[in-house]
Amino acid sequence: MLRPVVHGLLILSGVGFVSATLLAGNWSTLENDGLHDPSNPSLRLLQDPAHALSVLAPDTAGNKVDWVAAVEQGQIQPRTSIDGSRIPVEHDSDIIMSNTLSLPAVRFPHDSHNSWMACEMCHDRIFKAEIDGNDISMSKILDGEYCGLCHGAVSFPLTECNRCHSVVGEGQLPAADSGAAVDVP
Amino acid sequence: MKLGDLELWPVLLLFLVLPLAVAWAEYGDIIINEKAESEGMPPVIFPHWFHRIRFQCSVCHVELGFKPEAGGNYITMDKISQGQFCGACHNGEIAWSPENCDLCHSGERGLETGIKGGHQTSGPGIY
Repeated sequence: MLRPVVHGLLILSGVGFVSATLLAGNWSTLENDGLHDPSNPSLRLLQDPAHALSVLAPDTAGNKVDWVAAVEQGQIQPRTSIDGSRIPVEHDSDIIMSNTLSLPAVRFPHDSHNSWMACEMCHDRIFKAEIDGNDISMSKILDGEYCGLCHGAVSFPLTECNRCHSVVGEGQLPAADSGAAVDVP
Repeated sequence: MKLGDLELWPVLLLFLVLPLAVAWAEYGDIIINEKAESEGMPPVIFPHWFHRIRFQCSVCHVELGFKPEAGGNYITMDKISQGQFCGACHNGEIAWSPENCDLCHSGERGLETGIKGGHQTSGPGIY
């Protein structure tokens, strides 16, 4: 009599556990992340990722944190310079890159990047500050050049096609992302 | 437990056990081991996530001059104790001082310099 109920609960807990692990936070502890030496007695002094990241704006990829939202919502206030004195740049122009074959065009927003970086981070070491001045391609990005210097390393990963290829033109399908089944704010 | 003719227990067991068995570095973790191990110390593990909560990217990558490339910076303890690279903050004032060796040199021996963090990490970049 109870068997269907037990089975149902088991399946639910299994699916819940898996989806929570894969889609929401799945932060390893430092002890079992495959990098830290678990026999190091000082590990207990270091913060585990889940302790800091689980309270920030959630995401489905990368650190499972929407870092731009975390700043916008005032959850974190990363310093602009060592002493915090650099005035953030207020340059909010969007760059549209439409040479994207059948994929939606790319919208690059300066403002969300300015909340993390000074101009010199990108200009002109990575990107020439001129329209059509940069020979960007997905293969270069996947190789770690241009956007791929950060996206795919520390910023949201290259599996999230639709976050950059976001300008859906007439007759175009939206680009994919790895968390397609989950609402990403 | 069956779904039609399909026995579901093995699938369920896999679903329950697999997440426990998977362990991975946090997205953007850097292993620094160009010199550490050859000089008798465990590799350094640098967590981007911890630092970006406190500092914007360009603090380290513009102001302090860290090239955003794993293995692309010639970091030595001498430079750190002179206030360069990590030593700009890890000086006992902003963050812990360099004599707390095993807080930074905390990695498993044998790890190679690089950026980690699961299948979504393709770096290191080219700068």
